[in-house]
Amino acid sequence: MSTFLDISNIDMDFPTPNGPFKALKEVNLKINKGEFVSLIGHSGCGKSTVLNIVAGLYQATKGGVILNSTEVAEPGPERAVVFQNHSLLPWLTAYQNVELAVKQVFQKKMNKAEMKQWIEHNLKLVHMDHAMHKRPSEISGGMKQRVGIARALAMQPDVLLMDEPFGALDALTRAHMQDSLMEIQNELNNTVIMITHDVDEAVLLSDKIVMMTNGPAATVGEILEVNLPRPRARLALAEDKEYNRLRAEVLKFLYEKQRKVENINISKSSISDNETADVG
Amino acid sequence: MTTITRLTDRLMIDKSKVTSFLSWMGQASKALLLPVIGITVFLVIWSIAANSINTSLGKFPGPVAVAGQFGALYQEHNAERVKAEAFYERQDKRNAARLEVDPSYVVKIRAYTGKETFVDQIFTSLVTVMSGFLLAAVIAIPMGIWMGLSPTLNAALNPIVQVFKPVSPLAWLPLVTMVVSALYVSPDPMVSKSFINSLLTVTLCSLWPMMINTSLGVANIDSDLVNVSRVLRLSPLTHVQKIVLPASIPLIFTGMRLSLGVAWMVLIAAEMLAQNPGLGKFVWDEFQNGSSESLARIMAAVVVIGLIGFLLDRGVLALQRWFSWDKTK
Repeated sequence: MSTFLDISNIDMDFPTPNGPFKALKEVNLKINKGEFVSLIGHSGCGKSTVLNIVAGLYQATKGGVILNSTEVAEPGPERAVVFQNHSLLPWLTAYQNVELAVKQVFQKKMNKAEMKQWIEHNLKLVHMDHAMHKRPSEISGGMKQRVGIARALAMQPDVLLMDEPFGALDALTRAHMQDSLMEIQNELNNTVIMITHDVDEAVLLSDKIVMMTNGPAATVGEILEVNLPRPRARLALAEDKEYNRLRAEVLKFLYEKQRKVENINISKSSISDNETADVG
Repeated sequence: MTTITRLTDRLMIDKSKVTSFLSWMGQASKALLLPVIGITVFLVIWSIAANSINTSLGKFPGPVAVAGQFGALYQEHNAERVKAEAFYERQDKRNAARLEVDPSYVVKIRAYTGKETFVDQIFTSLVTVMSGFLLAAVIAIPMGIWMGLSPTLNAALNPIVQVFKPVSPLAWLPLVTMVVSALYVSPDPMVSKSFINSLLTVTLCSLWPMMINTSLGVANIDSDLVNVSRVLRLSPLTHVQKIVLPASIPLIFTGMRLSLGVAWMVLIAAEMLAQNPGLGKFVWDEFQNGSSESLARIMAAVVVIGLIGFLLDRGVLALQRWFSWDKTK
C-alpha cells in the first residue's frame, strides 16, 4: 500500500524569551489510507504540535507534510480537526454547527435538500439526531464531543485529526464514545490520527500506536502495530493475550523507557499553550 | 410560625403556599422598601441643606419647589401648544381667504416660531444625542472590529485612541464650531449649525469607549473558535459574521453603554456652549435669566437629565438582551 500521509523530517522551534525552544526534532511518520493511528506520550512531548502541523495550524520550522501527493501549507477542511474541548460555536445549535461546515465545504456540490439530508445523516451517525436543535450549553460534554465529531465527519475529510477527543469526558462516557467511534470507523474507514493519554483507548481503537519520546526535541520513539481483528469488543479483549501484550508494551515504553522526569516548571513555561492543557 | 400553622389548619390551605407567598412578600418589600427609604432620607437631607443655603437668587430650591416647577414647566408647554395651534388656525384662515380672492395665489405655510418649551428641549436633546451616538457607533464598531482582527492596525492606532479618549468636549467644541461654519454652508440648511456642532462633539467623545471595547472583544475570541474558522477556510466576511460578531457582542454592548453615558454627559455641556435648543441650553438660559425660580427650574432639569441618562442605559441593556444569543447575561 502506498503512503497516503507522509510526515517527513519535521522540526518545530517555538520562539521564547530565552531563545528558540525545540519542541520536535526529526519527526517521521508514514500513514496509509484508512489507517487509524494513535499518538501517545507524556504531557508536553509535542503530540499536539505534530497534529497542529498536519492540520496546517502551525508551520513546521523544517520538513513538511504531504497528503495525497500535495504539500500541506494551510488549514483546510480536507484535514478536519476534532478539538479537545469540542469548540462548537455556542450561539449555534448542533444542527447549525454542522451546517456551517457543510455549507462551506459543499457550497457548489449540493443543493439545499441534499445538504439538510447530509447534516442529518452525520448527526444520526453520532447518535445526536434527537437533540440536533439544541445549543451546546443545553447538552452534556459527551454530546458536545459527538457533535464536534459529526461536524468533522460532515466535511468528508481525507484525514480526521483528533486532539484528545475524549480527554475531558468521564470514564463511562469515554467508553461509550470509543464504541461509537469504532462503529463509525467500521462504516467509513477513515484515515485517522488521534492523540490520546489513555493506553487502553490507544490499543482498542488503533491499527498503529506511535509512541513519542519526551521533549524537548521530542520525536517518534517506537511504532507498535496492532493486529487485533475487527470488530473489537471491549469485554472480550480484556482477557485477550495479544491485547494485554500490546498494552504492556505501551506501558513499558511510557513508564520504563521514557519515564517522565517530573519537572513541571520547565514543561509549563517552555511549551506552547495547547500542550500545557495535556494532563496525563 | 405557630399562628400561621393554626391559621392554615383552620382554613385548610396548603401551608407551603402561604410560606412561599410570605417570603415573596418579604423579598418584594425589601426590593421596594429600601430604595424608598433611601430616597426619603435623601429628600429630607436635601430640604434641610437647601433651607440653609442662601444665594443671590434666593434660597436654594428644596424638593417641594422643584416639584412645583415640574408642574409649571408642563403647563407652560401646554400653553405654548395652544398658542401654536391658534397660530396655524389663523394662518389657514388667512390663506383660505386669499385663495378665495385670488385662486392663482400660491399658499405659503410658515412654521410657528414660539420659544421651545422644556418638553421640546428634552426631545431635541434626545434626537441630538442619538444622532451623535449612532454616527459614532457606525464609525467605531467597524473600526474596532478591524483593530481587533489586525494587531498591526491596533498597534498603529492605539496611541491616537489613548490620546484622544480623555479629551473634554469643551476643548473640541471651538474647533468643531469653526470647522462646521467653514464647511457647512448652505442657503437653506436642513438642520441648524448648532445641532451639527453638538452632534459632532458628542460623536468625537463617544467614539473611543466603543472602539476600545469592540477591539478588545474581537482580539480575545477563544483561539479554538478561530481555529475552527481556519480549518473551514471561512472567507473574511463569513468569519466576521459567523464567529467574530456573535463572540464579541457582550463587549461591543459594554462599549455602547459606556459611550452612550459619555455622549449624554457631553451633550449637555455641548448644548450649553453651542446654543443647540436642548436641555443644556435650557440650563444655560435659566442661569442667565436669573429669576427667583431659575434655580428650581435648573434643579428640575438636573433630575430629568439623570432620569433620561438612566433610561438610555437601560435601553441599551434591553437591546443587548434582545440581540445576544446568551440570554443569561
